[in-house]
Amino acid sequence: MSVAMERLRKPWPDVRADRALGGAAALVGVGIVVMVAFVADHSWPIFQHNGLSWLLGGGDFQTEVARMNAATVHPTAIDYQLRAWPLIYGTLLCSGLAVVFGLVIAVLSSIFIVELAPPRVSRTVIRVVRLLASVPSVIYGLIGITVLVPFVGNHIITRHEKESVQNVIQLTGAGLIVTVVLLTVMITPIMVALICEAMSSVPPSWREGAVALGLNPLRAVRAVTLKAIRPAIVAAAVLAAARAIGEAIMISMVSGGKTFSPNPADGIVFVFEPLRTLASTIVDYREGLGSAPLAAAIYSFALLLLFAAFVLSVGGYLVKLPLRKYQTRG
Amino acid sequence: MSAPVKPNPTMPWIWAWRDPHPGAGKGGRGPGRGRRSSPMTWRWSDRLVLASAWAIGALLCVVAAAIVLYIGVRGIQYLSPSLIFSRPQASTDQAGSGGFLDPLFGTVLLTLIGLVISLPLGVASAVWIAEYGQGGRARQALARVIESSIEIVAGTPDVVLAIFGLAVFQLSPLAFLSFRAEGGGVFGRSFIAAGAIMSLLALPSIYAATRDGLQSVPSQMREAAFALGKTRITTIRRVLIPNVTSNIATGATLGISRIIGSTAIVLILLGSTLRTETVGSVPVIGLLRGTGSTLTSYVYENSAAGEGGAPQKAFAAAFVLLVFVLALNLLVEWIGRSQERASGVNAVGAAVGAVV
Repeated sequence: MSVAMERLRKPWPDVRADRALGGAAALVGVGIVVMVAFVADHSWPIFQHNGLSWLLGGGDFQTEVARMNAATVHPTAIDYQLRAWPLIYGTLLCSGLAVVFGLVIAVLSSIFIVELAPPRVSRTVIRVVRLLASVPSVIYGLIGITVLVPFVGNHIITRHEKESVQNVIQLTGAGLIVTVVLLTVMITPIMVALICEAMSSVPPSWREGAVALGLNPLRAVRAVTLKAIRPAIVAAAVLAAARAIGEAIMISMVSGGKTFSPNPADGIVFVFEPLRTLASTIVDYREGLGSAPLAAAIYSFALLLLFAAFVLSVGGYLVKLPLRKYQTRG
Repeated sequence: MSAPVKPNPTMPWIWAWRDPHPGAGKGGRGPGRGRRSSPMTWRWSDRLVLASAWAIGALLCVVAAAIVLYIGVRGIQYLSPSLIFSRPQASTDQAGSGGFLDPLFGTVLLTLIGLVISLPLGVASAVWIAEYGQGGRARQALARVIESSIEIVAGTPDVVLAIFGLAVFQLSPLAFLSFRAEGGGVFGRSFIAAGAIMSLLALPSIYAATRDGLQSVPSQMREAAFALGKTRITTIRRVLIPNVTSNIATGATLGISRIIGSTAIVLILLGSTLRTETVGSVPVIGLLRGTGSTLTSYVYENSAAGEGGAPQKAFAAAFVLLVFVLALNLLVEWIGRSQERASGVNAVGAAVGAVV
């Protein structure tokens, strides 16, 4: 024992240090591979019984969940039946809208921070953005559920609109619009950080050249800076989308908790309709993991999210590659 | 968040019409006193973009201020010392349901467990990749695998991590780490399970901050240490690590703010029980195997989304949570500023210290 302690205390030979540190690093790598393998393994029954068609529509998610919950210890093939399109649609819809709105806000506010604002103001705004990024999602959810949802439910949705769909769904205020607003607030800071970083690495001489050619300063930003950092803007959108699809708690609090696909054909009521995303479903059914089919379904949602996050982060990396020539960091 | 964005140090050039350098034209250097572009002469569409950029900048501040003020006002309105220092009680009545001492304790304990696991792993991986991972093809390949797997973790939503943790800690070899039901069923829910998964949340920021710090240490410092006959590992311990402590601290602080903000992992992996429950009678191990809750899950359960239906208490807990987050933000900024002030001097000092 004491010999071992003595060996540890003495300066390490390089080889051992290399092995120890490399071992720790490899452990991290192995852990992540194990994670993917585990989630894939647990979701296997869903693939086994549905193939890839569980990604499609055609079923009623609520009935399927009820059937999964009622399954016995030895579930049959029918218990595993799953059509998850409403959840995938909900995820794509609210993440997509949030990314579109967030991108406009992020580009404008990055121009403001990097180009327009006096240094003191821009430092303050950067602090504000950092704060918005670090507010926990449960606080956004709490504000949503106590302030925004009642406000939308009582003041924005008219009685006429409530009556127009009362046979299908009840509009309480919890739904698409509150979800998208909060999601936008949550993902905009990520985009602002990435776009600002790229923007401030564009050589100032480029814009000065454009101004010298007669463009006004704002036009120069648009024609030169924004064009140069286009890959960074796309990458920011992609990474923010990855964050948006994974958001669970806030969405589970304010999205209405009903499996429903908001339908743009409904007109303005569309934005008030409740929805459910993949991640929020995992939180909503966290107590149902005792049932094997439901657990498999939840793991398959997790696998889908993992896959999507992976594809998006690889996509973000690839999109950013052309930026290398400006010596911006990836 | 990624690297801090530095504001333009000089007067932003777009304000040039305001003549940022009065008298600069006289000496022949700096911007001259020529005709300047004023927004008044721009096209209306450009003026619209200019106005909306200012408006959006202001909007961000207003949104942040609204969130902080709303939670602050509600929090101060409902928070009382008795809430912080009393344990939660099972009660249908809000007056009798106690405070959030246990969730507060849970937050602290989870943060500690998460850091204890992620700090050594994150720093070790960063050091290995930055200092050892470059020599030879095999090393480079391994380094790339590790880097990309950490990136995958960084991009993985916390619900997915939580679900994965449940799968792992329900395995029978790991069953001793968590609560076991009467029939032998393993729940896979405990402080140690949640803390281990929380460490995955903190790992990417610790790793990235350490690696960036190591990469920005000038190579002369390593060479100087090698020239004095120091081994690689001594150089790392005596020169490099002391040099990047503020980076590690920044990464750890960012990691902590991710840990204390995560709700899904607590709901799924810690059981989100009302009180901290221990398993078995061994003091520390029983606690680590036990279940509990944190501030985030307390907010969730007491809001209309959970079963509690006690929004006042949710607001009070959310206020405490927000104070933590604000404090961590200030800490990151303070570390960054002191690093900026010390950079250069600090680097030389560390090199000298290592030689002596």
